[in-house]
Amino acid sequence: MSTVSAGLPSKDFSVDRPVPPGRYGPAGLLRAEWTKLRSVRSTVWTLVVTVLAVVGIGAVATAVTAAHWNGGGPAERFGFDPTQRSLAGLFLGQIAIGVLGVLAMSAEFSSGTIRATFAAAPHRTLVLVCKTVVFGLVALVTSEVLTFAAFELGQQLLKGTTPYATLGQPGVLRAVAGAGLVLTVMGLFALGLAAIIRHTAGALATYVGLLLVLPLIIQAFPTSFQQAVLRYMPLVIAEHMATTRLGGGAFGGGSLLSPWVGFAVLCGYTLAALVVGAVLLNRRDA
Amino acid sequence: MIEARDLTKRYGEALAVDHLSFEVRPGRVTGFLGPNGAGKSTTMRLILGLDRPDSGRVTVNGRTYHDLPWPLREVGALLEARSVHPGRSAYMHLLSLAQTNDIPRSRVDEVLELVGLTSVARRRAGTFSLGMGQRLGIAAAMLGDPAVLLFDEPVNGLDPEGIRWVRMLLKSLAAEGRTVLVSSHLMSEMAVTADHVVVIGKGRLIAEQPVGELLARSSGGLVRVRTPGAEQLQAVLAREGARIEAGGDGTLEVTGLSASEIGELALSAGVALHELSPQAGTLEEAFMELTKDSVEFRVDRDGRAPVAGAPR
Repeated sequence: MSTVSAGLPSKDFSVDRPVPPGRYGPAGLLRAEWTKLRSVRSTVWTLVVTVLAVVGIGAVATAVTAAHWNGGGPAERFGFDPTQRSLAGLFLGQIAIGVLGVLAMSAEFSSGTIRATFAAAPHRTLVLVCKTVVFGLVALVTSEVLTFAAFELGQQLLKGTTPYATLGQPGVLRAVAGAGLVLTVMGLFALGLAAIIRHTAGALATYVGLLLVLPLIIQAFPTSFQQAVLRYMPLVIAEHMATTRLGGGAFGGGSLLSPWVGFAVLCGYTLAALVVGAVLLNRRDA
Repeated sequence: MIEARDLTKRYGEALAVDHLSFEVRPGRVTGFLGPNGAGKSTTMRLILGLDRPDSGRVTVNGRTYHDLPWPLREVGALLEARSVHPGRSAYMHLLSLAQTNDIPRSRVDEVLELVGLTSVARRRAGTFSLGMGQRLGIAAAMLGDPAVLLFDEPVNGLDPEGIRWVRMLLKSLAAEGRTVLVSSHLMSEMAVTADHVVVIGKGRLIAEQPVGELLARSSGGLVRVRTPGAEQLQAVLAREGARIEAGGDGTLEVTGLSASEIGELALSAGVALHELSPQAGTLEEAFMELTKDSVEFRVDRDGRAPVAGAPR
């Protein structure tokens, strides 16, 4: 290893050299966050898993539906929603993108990079905002590409034997684009949880717990309570966004929130997680 | 210039830093000494604004860290714990830091060259040895070519060549007029690197003075001198009140004077010196004597011989 240059830290250092005008800010931080996000393998792998989850499961679900359509009974045909079937991977996609959101934040804590990050940019709220923006844009582009790809591929596979949907039909565009938005916001929600919890495993467990386990627990409660509460569950909101047949679905009843009201609730959860995360980042020692 | 005023930091019940005040001036290497657990790393984190003091305040160039317009261009820091994502390459780690402070990409290549990591810059940092990790940390500290530098235990994990390199780097940084604060629990390392020392124990200031004075303060400070003019020098030193034991072949073991004082006396007496070395054992003793009341986990009193020359 060459160390011959030791003793020459800079060619023209002067203690009184002028510091450039202005100060560090969002432009540099956004670039830095983009560099960090794209320079670790876990990002690539998690994105691959997200693609497999959303497009892969959608393709399998629609292909199986097409193959069995003619042998299936009226029970299977009644209420069939080709849009929803092609978005069947939304469920697993939420977990995959949640992993990505958690890792984008928690890896800073587990590796200790957070100290270098905050030493370079002590304005912690600004750092979190820039990280959120970069992750949010990546998640948005990815999610929309994936939900539209899953829809188009799914309809191609259904075509021929089975009723299929087009984007022009009522509610279809909202379901497909909305599913992408739900994925994005859930990824950001996971990022916010990781800012609060700071440990990868803890944040993931909390995310999956809120997404999957909480609705299961609620189903053990009396029906009236379920009806009042289930509609606020992220999973229920996501499922309702991804269907063109409003008011139906696995969790049933006319008590569901309309898709956009549900989406606003998800945004509220996410904002709350990020705000609490920002407050704690500022309050706690790094 | 770093100024700490009455800094106090507690973690739960434990008082990590206790009303600590000191100054770190530019143009010299300031050693930050203390036993493990004395609060050195905590103090460094307080300087960098990573931890929030419970009371008191610390400024860098007259401002609190949070108010620096371009932190990395003013302060560079090597922190003790590694702060690199193991899956990210050295280059991308440095690039992301450079981008936060609008530091040009070309500077990333420069600092990689400076620390000798150019050939492994694209390797994942997780594959680096401890020594390479230290070099990467030093590269990160140098990114903004800052006037103030903090190094927490920089020679940890380095081979002898690396240790010598860090020593030269620290001295040349200080010679350029920068403020250099280096923490270490090794007195012997600081004796050859630092010009000035801040000694803390249990979070409190114990001493803040030139290295030479610290050594002189040690009651058993022993300096070995080898000279062809042993008799002449012996007379000169004796006149200054030194206690001298003469060995064969022109070797004198001198106590009561610092190495720098002996060197200056020899110069004015026109005596050539072939060797002038403060004895490491006694340097450690000076340090242990200073910090003996503030070692966090002491060895059982009976399990260890008392420090030679200790006043009690």
